[in-house]
Amino acid sequence: MAQTRPAKRNRNPIPAPDKVSVAMTVNGVETTLGVAPWTTLLDALRDHLDLTGTKKGCDHGQCGACTVLVDGRRVNSCLTLAVMKDGANVTTIEGLATEGALHPLQQAFIDYDAFQCGYCTPGQICSALGLIAEGKAKGADEIRELMSGNICRCGAYPNIVAAIQQAMGKMGAKP
Amino acid sequence: MINFQYTRANDVADAVRRIAADPTAKFIAGGTNLIDLMKQDVERPSRLIDISRLPLKSVEETADGGLRIGALVPNSDLAWHPSIEQRYPLLSSAILAGASQQLRNMASTGGNLLQRTRCFYFYDTATPCNKRKPGSGCSAIDGINRISAILGTSDACISTHPSDMCVALAALEAKVHVAGPKEERVIAFTDFHRLPGNTPQLDTNLQPNEIVIAVELPAQGFAKNYSYLKIRDRLSYAFALVSVAAALELEGGTIRQARLALGGVAHKPWRDSAAEAALRGQPANQVTFTHAADLLLRDAKGFAHNTFKIELARRSIVRALTQAAQATPPSQSDKKIR
Repeated sequence: MAQTRPAKRNRNPIPAPDKVSVAMTVNGVETTLGVAPWTTLLDALRDHLDLTGTKKGCDHGQCGACTVLVDGRRVNSCLTLAVMKDGANVTTIEGLATEGALHPLQQAFIDYDAFQCGYCTPGQICSALGLIAEGKAKGADEIRELMSGNICRCGAYPNIVAAIQQAMGKMGAKP
Repeated sequence: MINFQYTRANDVADAVRRIAADPTAKFIAGGTNLIDLMKQDVERPSRLIDISRLPLKSVEETADGGLRIGALVPNSDLAWHPSIEQRYPLLSSAILAGASQQLRNMASTGGNLLQRTRCFYFYDTATPCNKRKPGSGCSAIDGINRISAILGTSDACISTHPSDMCVALAALEAKVHVAGPKEERVIAFTDFHRLPGNTPQLDTNLQPNEIVIAVELPAQGFAKNYSYLKIRDRLSYAFALVSVAAALELEGGTIRQARLALGGVAHKPWRDSAAEAALRGQPANQVTFTHAADLLLRDAKGFAHNTFKIELARRSIVRALTQAAQATPPSQSDKKIR
């Protein structure tokens, strides 16, 4: 009996995606990268630009570990599509220290022992930077509320609030 | 995440043309809910039409003393807009009660209206859900339904609308401006969202080829006597079990005008004209408030795990109306329980 030849297997049924060119200024450096439309800003930073300071926690906007600043505002980079941020100015934890000197927030997190494992810390610090820029938080209650998008599973919250309060004073933020 | 095509709309008419040309496409603005749902495999658009650069980002005065809020105004900008803070503090308070600052920075006004339920089963593609897959059944009715609705439910769906902002917009009698292939139309806020009935896959009365372009607030903002009270399992960054937007206009101790809307209890922000009518002309006291709460909850029906919401809603209504009458609205940052 003649054997039927198996149907030729389509090894690549879905055409390779067109990469989209995205130009961003990341930590002051102009960068152009080619990304698939579904690449999040978080993955673009970590996997394309090797900026692994920004952390992937829940990947669903619930933990805040991926917080970065886009055009000066804190956002969840895991829920941001890189293609939508063409032309944007992005600041990550790697962009905070200047010429070897830690940013006041980074120093405050050390001084106040505001972390244990450190996984949430880059997101906490970027979020705090956004909070200070907003100028709405005056005391500990407001800091706690406006930092509620950043989860710390080690439970360093009291020290995080203290560190932000101290840095806020040092940075001369509006009361 | 799923694969998809990406295009950018040049203007509102272009956005409408693009969505009409591809029924499997979706608009994206802030993306806070849509991207999450795409990662969960709940939403599977073939194409995203980026509307985030359209010129819908301003808050403007209207001829009759209200405000017109562009659909792309971020939630955080709206909450802290001076005119909103001063004239519509109920709206500001409700927005600040929801999500986190990062999400509020991203989320748009129009997107807030169009966010989808956070019912566990809607998100869990391994379980039946009539909203996600019409005709597959409702897993919540006999499942874990602690967060589910107590008003306006159907045999097909008992999910709730998750927004805080929309509860305030319902109380303030906002209007939704919508553009489509023909002329623009205006939808009253209470007519925008739907009850589940037997078509729970439809959250709103927006047509597939339409786009929200603005939300309009009428002149009356109830800036003096209002309260947005949100009750949830943790003090911040959680969806409401029950929330109440209460707004009163008082003359002496008498209620001249009253608005009452609830979140976390139904498939849409819940308003009840009978309950509001029962407040008008009455003394602003506990007896009046309790009567209105009883009226609003007269048809409330609990399920295995959420019957507590009925009493919780009753007490929350009375407390929110009391706070509104006394002009002592709750702070959205000072969470101390006194």
